[in-house]
Amino acid sequence: MTSAIDIRGLGYSFGAHRAVEDLTLAVEQGECFGLLGPNGAGKTTTIRLLNTLLPLQTGDVEIFGRSVRTDTMAVRRLLGYVPQQLSIEGALTGRENVEWFARLFDVPRRERRARVDEVLDMVDLRGDESRLASTYSGGMVRRLELAQALVNRPALLVLDEPTVGLDPVARDSVWRRVAQMQRDHGMTVLLTTHYMEEADTLCGRVALMHRGALRAIGSPADLKAAAGTGASLEDVFRHHTGETLDETETEGEKGGLRGVRATRRTARRLG
Amino acid sequence: MSERLVEPPAVWAEPQGRSGVGLLVSRIGTFCLVELQKLRHDRSELITRAIQPILWLVIFGQTFSQIRAIPTGGIPYLDFLAPGVIAQSALFVAIFYGIQIIWERDAGVLTKLLVTPTPRAALVAGKAFAAGVRSVAQAVIVILVAALMGVAMTWNPVRLLGVVVVVMLGAAFFSCLSLSIAGIALKRDRLMGIGQAITMPLFFASNALYPIEMMPQWLQVVSHVNPLTYEVSALRALLIGTPTNYWLDFGVLVGSAVAGIVCAAALIGRLAR
Repeated sequence: MTSAIDIRGLGYSFGAHRAVEDLTLAVEQGECFGLLGPNGAGKTTTIRLLNTLLPLQTGDVEIFGRSVRTDTMAVRRLLGYVPQQLSIEGALTGRENVEWFARLFDVPRRERRARVDEVLDMVDLRGDESRLASTYSGGMVRRLELAQALVNRPALLVLDEPTVGLDPVARDSVWRRVAQMQRDHGMTVLLTTHYMEEADTLCGRVALMHRGALRAIGSPADLKAAAGTGASLEDVFRHHTGETLDETETEGEKGGLRGVRATRRTARRLG
Repeated sequence: MSERLVEPPAVWAEPQGRSGVGLLVSRIGTFCLVELQKLRHDRSELITRAIQPILWLVIFGQTFSQIRAIPTGGIPYLDFLAPGVIAQSALFVAIFYGIQIIWERDAGVLTKLLVTPTPRAALVAGKAFAAGVRSVAQAVIVILVAALMGVAMTWNPVRLLGVVVVVMLGAAFFSCLSLSIAGIALKRDRLMGIGQAITMPLFFASNALYPIEMMPQWLQVVSHVNPLTYEVSALRALLIGTPTNYWLDFGVLVGSAVAGIVCAAALIGRLAR
């Protein structure tokens, strides 16, 4: 079976800064796969390369056999994407936000209403669909973003640190829905997070990135077992890099000032 | 590579979407609809933005009507000025549209839009005509105010439809200019500075306030390469019946809008990096 994501020799530089270095990995269909690492590890750059936001410099990426380099529109039709920042339009209602993306993904007019209802139901926002999104709580905003990302029934759902700034209850609510949708619909899920415990619970396999390179890949259980008895994913990270997460915060592309500002802005808007 | 192509899981498989002209028209329609929805939820910006054009008409227009210093070919100065003020209010809406795209970049909305199956030219065209929708809404207010002040304008629906097209095309060009600058400047503060620096020169170097023949030679040259001049000429001809070359006016407006879309589409990707 062809992989949902097939990354081969991927590399990307921002000027002199090497953000991703010779990354090779495959994600199987129906998998929930986690890209882990601290800010600046190259997770977001990897996501941006495979979702066509950044042009490929070296290496290749295929999504369900479609080349990101040459078959861009076909790849985008397979994707649902939730970026790290809060990305809803506050001047529209919840329903209008979802309808907007249904139109942008060419959901046929005769199906659109039912499809929007379906995803708003999935994320429990039907009762609030007529309110302006600017009045939503942080957890509701994230759920609305999930609805936007799911309205085109993506084969691959890409979540870039979707729980940054959320309180534990809201985080749990988001992850429960992701897990349920992944289970119910056989969707492939690729997520990035630096909350190790989240990846441990949700992901069948994880890849550990550090300074743009892949350091380890496997199931959380296998990685922890290899790191020693009673090890956590934090310990796995230390085992493979010799550093703690705090020590590795770098001025990389997402860990730099702009990334930190974006994260703080997101957290502030989430209250 | 072709033998490796597989379909995604059947339950999630999506039929092929639009392409070509159908996709372009669909995206323009979608972004215009979103702009109308935003306007429906919050009309305060329309009202605050109407203040400046009203001041131009009430203060500048009435004062210069009294002075009779500007030769307008027998047309009352207020009538001459009103189409210029409509074009100016549309220009002001459009020229700061790039700020919205930078806000969308910062908020992650642009990132998400760029991952939808929307070619960048279609995304920019959608944004450009959405700016046109907002500009038309602004123009309607100015037309009503001008009518209340006694400006003798046509109410011929075909001509008014022409006004809508002209305002949309003008706004499309100037919003693309703004989006292009946003793609270069990348920051809101810089764009604000550049926007403020170019808005008034664009306005003054056009026939919005006075006939081109009154200008010094060098300014006449600038005026002839300024799309605002052709927008004002077309509006003036449609609304108050002054002579113009519609082919030239529409040709320049369509050409500059297309050039603006191409340029902005090439630069907008810089905002996502």
